[in-house]
Amino acid sequence: MSKADVDSALREIRIALLEADVALSVVKEFIVLVREKALGQEVTRSVTPGQMVIKIVNDHLVEILGVGASELNLATTPPAVIMLVGLQGSGKTTTTAKLAKHLRSQYRKNAIMTSLDIRRPAAQQQLKSLGETHSIPTLPIVPFETPEMITERALDTGKKEGHDVILLDTAGRLHIDDSMMSEALKIQDLSNPCEILFVADSMTGQDAVNAARAFSERLNITGIILTRIDGDARGGAALSIREVTGTPIKLMGTGEKIDDIEVFHPDRIASRILGMGDVVSLVEKAQETVREEEAEEFARKLQKGQFDLEDMAKQLGQMRKMGGVGGILNKLPSVGKIKNQLQDANIDDNVISRQEAIIFSMTTAERKNPKLFNGSRRRRIAEGSGTTVQEVNRLLKQHKEMAKAMKKMSKLGRKGFTKGMPQGMPPGILPRI
Amino acid sequence: MTQNDWLSRLKNGLSRTSAHLNEGIAQALKNKNLDESTLDDLEDILITSDMGVSAAAKLRDEVAKAKFEKEPSFKDIKYFLAAKIADILKPVEQPLLIDNSKKPFVILVQGVNGSGKTTTIGKLAKIFTEEGKSVLLAAGDTFRAAAIEQLQIWGDRTGCRVISHTSGADPAGLVFDALGTARRDNIDLVIIDTAGRLQNRDDLMAELHKISRVIRKLDQTAPHCCLLILDATVGQNALSQVEKFQKTSQITGLVMNKLDGSARGGILVSLAEKFKLPVHAIGVGEGEDDLMPFNAEDFAKNLLGLNN
Ligand SMILES: Nc1nc2c(ncn2[C@@H]2O[C@H](COP(=O)(O)OP(=O)(O)OP(=O)(O)O)[C@@H](O)[C@H]2O)c(=O)[nH]1
Ligand SMILES: [Mg+2]
Repeated sequence: MSKADVDSALREIRIALLEADVALSVVKEFIVLVREKALGQEVTRSVTPGQMVIKIVNDHLVEILGVGASELNLATTPPAVIMLVGLQGSGKTTTTAKLAKHLRSQYRKNAIMTSLDIRRPAAQQQLKSLGETHSIPTLPIVPFETPEMITERALDTGKKEGHDVILLDTAGRLHIDDSMMSEALKIQDLSNPCEILFVADSMTGQDAVNAARAFSERLNITGIILTRIDGDARGGAALSIREVTGTPIKLMGTGEKIDDIEVFHPDRIASRILGMGDVVSLVEKAQETVREEEAEEFARKLQKGQFDLEDMAKQLGQMRKMGGVGGILNKLPSVGKIKNQLQDANIDDNVISRQEAIIFSMTTAERKNPKLFNGSRRRRIAEGSGTTVQEVNRLLKQHKEMAKAMKKMSKLGRKGFTKGMPQGMPPGILPRI
Repeated sequence: MTQNDWLSRLKNGLSRTSAHLNEGIAQALKNKNLDESTLDDLEDILITSDMGVSAAAKLRDEVAKAKFEKEPSFKDIKYFLAAKIADILKPVEQPLLIDNSKKPFVILVQGVNGSGKTTTIGKLAKIFTEEGKSVLLAAGDTFRAAAIEQLQIWGDRTGCRVISHTSGADPAGLVFDALGTARRDNIDLVIIDTAGRLQNRDDLMAELHKISRVIRKLDQTAPHCCLLILDATVGQNALSQVEKFQKTSQITGLVMNKLDGSARGGILVSLAEKFKLPVHAIGVGEGEDDLMPFNAEDFAKNLLGLNN
């Protein structure tokens, strides 16, 4: 892809991201990174460079948004404290109740909810009545207590009554309100939470970076909950907040009801932010077609019982792209037996790249016809690839076994494949299983 | 409250944000020739106010075309831009006027969740009771937990009566009741709270429509004022909010809250150009006195950090 192609596409992307409310500073950084990534990349057949850039942007977005996505951390001697913080009206109280229910259904944890909001009229009452409606325990309201006093009482009660989790719903506050930010800090120090979740409205505009930065500078924010995903906002704030806090988006609110909470889906939010889902799926389809054609080609060769070293290199390359052995194992639904075999074979990702290097050091003729390999050729290849003759020998042996297995498979047809699989099956075939 | 009071409070509320704003502008204008990079930086300042890409680009072009008498100083350009923005906003700077011939005068308050509807109602109740009007608050948010209690507290604070049904009741029925009571008791002003709702929820928008219908049944000319409450921290989605609420219930005016934070509410410029709806007031805090009349010049100056 040429510089001109990339730059003209990125101008469009810049506008799209800004219209989606991604903060300007974040957009600028993002564009620089994507530009690096896109330059020199191959354009899939039947796709324009502009479309290709959009697909790259989308993938990059999914990657960033999904970084570190993880479960809630409750690893402490119970009760674990989870504190919710954020601007006024971001949805903390509703989210607190959703979280309590989520902890119950997904983690089998029993949580007690506590409102520390003594400022907004009837805020404590709101949490209490949510608790009553959904049978979630709440700390009884005692008038005239300070947030610190309430926190202490919550810690006490949580311990005494044996709750697994104490949820602290704090008052909404502006990040530039120094005394309110100090109050939040005091509560953090007092309760030593496992999680401090920044609750942010997905409709937030450019100011999201300022608020998120200030909150994460003052408090040990551990994650983000994005609310009002059910609205029609493009949700660029997700990217802004993710970037400036450096913490994962853990959950998202998808409605006003108590069950409307979901684990964060980076792909869904990415396509919404970019607003170019059509293009992305078009490119994906094109890529899929190319992959299918390659697979068909491969199958044709198999049918004829052909499996040369060129094919093996392709397989190895594919494995590496899929994140090495570990990546593949994670993607496969049920791998029990194969996993063991792989572990026995002691194949790590380093081996994959060394094997690739060996094959790349062969001539085309050699790759097509392994019978050519005599001692001096093997030495030459070992030297050229920075490996040893033993390794070259091992690879050639492995290839021979694979080729044999392929031949067998072509005779047995698809069904007989696993049955015919030899012991210590080489990993190169895995992606096709 | 005098205009001066409002202004000084606005300045106090907003001065905290101006510091970093000024810094940005100062940097942008260090280079006195309005070259491309200066213009870029100016445009960036507008974009970070949530003005939107196209409105910011348009203003950038105007600055680029502008003829200054001599080489403009930092301030000159800031004031020039502020004046341009104030020009756009001036037509929508309109106070919330109560027509005394309507009795009761009915204000219907609506907006997305958490935008500050209930708080704004409390602030309005304070202003109008101080003007000597009898004000009745209708707890039309029967959905959110403790929404009724929240409004009741505002009623207690401002000495206004609150009409409510139980949680979960039909809001249209509550509104019918409240208006009946207001008529019987010769109330001047009824302010109706509604549950927050996202504008893409057709079912909830239909509910709002039903509330308006019930009001109209009792008084052909009501609701006399349909306020849409916006949140300054919201970005470009405010456009969709205005458009969709407008479609359902003929919004007559806007209030923008949370301008006491570091959000500058630049989207109002785009809204003014696109919808031309009156902007009555801005919210600059959670207290009962934290509502100010909207002033185009002050808002524009604040947007550019020219407030101190
Ligand atoms: N800083 C600041 N906070 C505000 C302002 N207006 C309202 N708030 C706060 O924003 C939060 C939400 O305000 P509410 O008045 O409850 O908003 P609402 O629109 O009635 O909310 P729902 O009824 O839940 O949809 C509260 O914590 C208010 O105190 C404002 O101008 N500035
Ligand atoms: Mg409310």
